[in-house]
Amino acid sequence: MKYMLLIYSNPTSWAALSEAERSGLNAEYGTFTKGIIDSGEFVSGDALADTNAASTVRVRGGKTDVTDGPFVEFKEHLAGYYVVDCKDLDRALALAAKIPDARLSGVEVRPVMDMGGTEM
Amino acid sequence: MSSAAEIEGLLRELTPQALAALVRRYGDFGSAEDAVQEALLSAAQQWPTQGVPESPRGWLITVAARRLIDWRRRDTARRDKEAAAAEFLPAQALSIPGPEDELPLDRDDSLALLFLCCHPALAQPAQVALTLRAVGGLSTTEIAAAFLVPEATMAQRIVRAKNRIRATGIPFAMPPDDQYGPRLDAVLQVLYLIFNEGYTATSGPRLQRTELTSEAIRLTRQLHHLQPHEGEVTGLLALMLLTEARRDARTRHGALIPLAEQDRTLWNAGMIREGSALVSAALATEPLGPYQLQAAIAAVHAQAASAEETDWSQILALYRLLEVFTPTSIVALNRAIAVAMVDGPQAGLRVLDGLDGDPRLAASYRLTAVRAHLLEMNGQLAEAKVHYHRAARATTSMPERHYLQTKAGRIDQG
Repeated sequence: MKYMLLIYSNPTSWAALSEAERSGLNAEYGTFTKGIIDSGEFVSGDALADTNAASTVRVRGGKTDVTDGPFVEFKEHLAGYYVVDCKDLDRALALAAKIPDARLSGVEVRPVMDMGGTEM
Repeated sequence: MSSAAEIEGLLRELTPQALAALVRRYGDFGSAEDAVQEALLSAAQQWPTQGVPESPRGWLITVAARRLIDWRRRDTARRDKEAAAAEFLPAQALSIPGPEDELPLDRDDSLALLFLCCHPALAQPAQVALTLRAVGGLSTTEIAAAFLVPEATMAQRIVRAKNRIRATGIPFAMPPDDQYGPRLDAVLQVLYLIFNEGYTATSGPRLQRTELTSEAIRLTRQLHHLQPHEGEVTGLLALMLLTEARRDARTRHGALIPLAEQDRTLWNAGMIREGSALVSAALATEPLGPYQLQAAIAAVHAQAASAEETDWSQILALYRLLEVFTPTSIVALNRAIAVAMVDGPQAGLRVLDGLDGDPRLAASYRLTAVRAHLLEMNGQLAEAKVHYHRAARATTSMPERHYLQTKAGRIDQG
């Protein structure tokens, strides 16, 4: 099954980290990514730019409205994601638990909808 | 010919085995569970008149598998018409189980089923409902009645839970090794919740609903057979038995009777023997845990021939240990009572003073009720009466309120 692992992060708690702590976490991300590439479970994944750079588009009555900022304002924002293809939910949860931000804030595990079936 | 009760017992035992075999073979938990429920219904109708088949489990698996295959053929036919393309179905998915399904089941299958129903990706009410239906073999009607909710509500809860299992990809498998501990805790929590719902009915006029307590004991006993060396499983089974043993003495005419005032001749000696033996065995060999300690406390109470003969210093020592594992306010309250029994009411009241600022107890009548009790023990009758009344106003349970008002009334008479 395919799952998206949505990494939520609190920018202020990242900012409070020391340079050494931050590079340690980045190294952990590198190891994690390499691990799931080697196991064949990696489908895609990226880090996202800060929500300062986000714009939100809404179309109402044919009129496009663009606002600056993310869709919803939270203390935590979506900082990155992985899409993995793995055996089942237990495996996806185990992978999510290895993502460094799971310790700092949290990682949401969402099944990717299988368009061939009726899973909803 | 077997009696209806014997057949019902047999069907309950076979439910998880038949279901596990079907999920193993056909994959999808949701429809396998529906098919097994239909097979149970057929069996309940046919077996009492036609007799129990030679292999009841094989019968259930075959009937459920036929039903499942019928549904799949219908689905495939519909999809074929819609898509005008043949769907691939593994040959196995359309075959009725053969003699290999008569082999004894892997014991992990029954366990895996329990772990699936109690998966943390499901909300607790869903875990409870699924466990009772898929592992316990209860019908939706029975579960709804036990929890005093409309049948439609319970049916919807079960359907949603099954959809969630499919959509999230919760596996039918033993949990990963590093997750085994917390996942077993989740299972025990569900079983204890079922027991408590039956024992201290949280709603309704009745104080106890015995069908849920006996079902919880039956399921925990099954788990204990599967995992005899898990100390906390043994501990929970012992705790349930030792608590259930006091059932007949716990109420009279719908009113609550506290432990100290119970007629101990009404206690179930067989359950006390079994529970005490289980907890002794667990404490001697396994790592300690909160269920074992609670069971040990219940065993000390059960072994006292009268309230006066209770070994309170042992109970106090056990509560101190329990507080290390579960530092909750309720455990602290119970420790205060034990302190009062060992070192006198003033020492107990001092423990209560330390709990005054605890926000978890602010909304509860329990702290007030215990204080009333210790004040009475200390001879401060007027203050005790005020606290009994205050606690009675704060509780939502009618039997509890009645009990507290009676205690306040007795002070005047004394």
